[in-house]
Amino acid sequence: MADQPLTGGGTGVFAADGWQAALARRSEAVLIPLGALLAGFLVFSLFLLILGKSPAEFFALVYKAGFGTWFSWQNTLSRTAPLLFAALCVALPARLGLVVIGGEGAIVLGGVMAGGLAGAITGLPGPLAIPLLALTGGLAGAAWIGAVGALRHYRGVNETIASLLMAYIAIALMNHLVEGPLRDPASLNKPSTAPLADHLRIGDMPGMDVHWGLAVGIVCCLLSWVLIERTTWGFAARVAGGNVRAAQVQGLPVGRLIVGFTALGGAFAGLAGAFEVAAVHGSANGSLATGYGYTGILIAFLARHNPLALIPVAILLAGFEASSGLVQRRMGLPDATTLVLQGFVFIAILLSDTLYGRLRIFAPERWGRG
Amino acid sequence: MSSPLFSRRVLLKAGAALAGTSALSAMPQIASASSPLTVGFIYVGPKDDFGYNQAHAEGAAAVKALEGVTVVEEENVAETVDVQKSMESMINFDGASLLFPTSFGYFDPHILEVAPKYADVRFQHAAGLWSADKHPMNVGSYFGYIGMGQYLNGITAGHASKTKKIGFVAAKPIPQVLLNINSFLLGARQVDPEITCQVIFTGEWSLAVKEAEATNALADAGCDVITCHVDGPKVVMETAAGRDCFICGYHANQSPLAPEKYLTGAEWNWAGVYTGMVETVMAGGTIDNFVRGGLADGFIKMSPLGPAVSDAARNQFEATKAEIIKGGFAAIKGPLNDNTGSVIAAAGEAFVETDIKLESMDYLVEGVIGSTS
Repeated sequence: MADQPLTGGGTGVFAADGWQAALARRSEAVLIPLGALLAGFLVFSLFLLILGKSPAEFFALVYKAGFGTWFSWQNTLSRTAPLLFAALCVALPARLGLVVIGGEGAIVLGGVMAGGLAGAITGLPGPLAIPLLALTGGLAGAAWIGAVGALRHYRGVNETIASLLMAYIAIALMNHLVEGPLRDPASLNKPSTAPLADHLRIGDMPGMDVHWGLAVGIVCCLLSWVLIERTTWGFAARVAGGNVRAAQVQGLPVGRLIVGFTALGGAFAGLAGAFEVAAVHGSANGSLATGYGYTGILIAFLARHNPLALIPVAILLAGFEASSGLVQRRMGLPDATTLVLQGFVFIAILLSDTLYGRLRIFAPERWGRG
Repeated sequence: MSSPLFSRRVLLKAGAALAGTSALSAMPQIASASSPLTVGFIYVGPKDDFGYNQAHAEGAAAVKALEGVTVVEEENVAETVDVQKSMESMINFDGASLLFPTSFGYFDPHILEVAPKYADVRFQHAAGLWSADKHPMNVGSYFGYIGMGQYLNGITAGHASKTKKIGFVAAKPIPQVLLNINSFLLGARQVDPEITCQVIFTGEWSLAVKEAEATNALADAGCDVITCHVDGPKVVMETAAGRDCFICGYHANQSPLAPEKYLTGAEWNWAGVYTGMVETVMAGGTIDNFVRGGLADGFIKMSPLGPAVSDAARNQFEATKAEIIKGGFAAIKGPLNDNTGSVIAAAGEAFVETDIKLESMDYLVEGVIGSTS
């Protein structure tokens, strides 16, 4: 491409700087993931046909149960909040070139810390105590995933493996805490922390059966986008993500960036745990570990680690999960069907990564060349 | 590159293929069932787990066979907002009016959150402690005295053991599990008071790797009869039989996994319980909010005795079973200490199977090797 001047020199029909060219350049980032999504659906449809099931019925059911009615939308949206936070925990470190897959650990620790603190601050009024719970959850998550970043930068420990293994440690720690020091003696057959006082519970947003975590999650995505795209910190992170050596030569504080971005991602995941405790469970217990952290990985990759794109993608994935029950009941397909679909989509997205910059339709400077 | 990867023609062809795929099948039918009663079952794990969930799914299958009932089922539903929405989805899309969300963790807060919104739907929960002053009237809880089944398991184990050591793979040190461990040992001690029972807690309801490790560790320690209380006993049963130990089942009948090694098993009999409850509702009646039952009430049953059970064992097993069915039987009775030396029951004191105090058990009895914390 370097041999071709960006303007004027082409022999093609279109000038490479017209509105078509601008549109073409911008649409690459949208159309390739969309195409990969469709390709994933297509392969999944073949899979259903092999099983003798109807893909049309499947997608109609997904639409009905995920997006077809007001109840379906509430079902989808109430599953979206933890996924947004979990995906941010993957997407933010990813801008620095780090693959962090252990957000689950930050979620359960954030939850158990918030649940433990709640018992100690029942005397505080709700508007003061609830932010404190959220802060505690966030700090716990930040410490956990920030440690992954620190291990990476200062000791050279692979962040992917470290975060995954630390997720197991976090779950064991959570089990120890809710079955030991933080256990409410009244929680006989399901060890839990003491139930949160009513004024510490986070309620639903007005007019819908969806808790405030969704709104906070969306705001966090917007703020993350501003951080990455519109601040010098975000710019520095993107530079370091592109080439660490170059960033160091430029004098960028790579270590602080790595620890800062992993800690911020972890803080969001920890916030997810605090919301699960304060808005859904009402106490911290083993049910905190349900795999949101792992679905978040898929969402972040689908959205190509763009915090704005996380929002629609998380809603889409939440819709799949919301519909998995109806698919089981109506089509007699096992629960793992949704996982298979997610797997096909994930592979298609990963494969589509090789297409960037290679499709001429998105590269105006090459239009019209033979 | 001399030509684009995708020409317009290729894209058009792909589009046509995609359209063809969906046209291959008829348009979906999403009409909801219009039968008089739709019953929903929700399981926390797979319904063919040879254990807790399978026992409930067998009950659902029996309900399915009833005239005029539609059954809808969902497996692998997590104890989060997941189960809340699954219940609401069954109500909204399938018209379910009787729900059996079967995992213990579904009760508080999930069923308690959803039930007040749907006053004409009945929520029946396994093992919850429903109480009139705290919980909605359209919620009920039911459970069975399966500790008695582990006591009978213990009798066959006591006869089969040569090493006088038996083993127990347990999920978590919670009252229901502790009662099963204690009952298993006390049953075995009816045969030989020298017998000890080693317990290993895995910490999770379903964690196959640790269950296998625990089973191997018990076999290494010389235990020659092994039982368990985890969600899916399959791994424990197969591993123990592979180590040449005898096995006692739990939750469902695991004898197909190792027929020669299987002595007997403590099984739920949800088929009888569920068909009874559904028939009550169909006849216009109301199910009691708090239901408990044992062997005599058909809530639990024992697997048929295996070929390795001796005649002496069979006789004692049958005699004890008959005594339990008569009612008022106590496995936990004095003089009895826990395994740290504290007195559980003085001489003459007894906790019969229906005693509500047993549902908050926090000790392991003398002879059990292991600790609750």
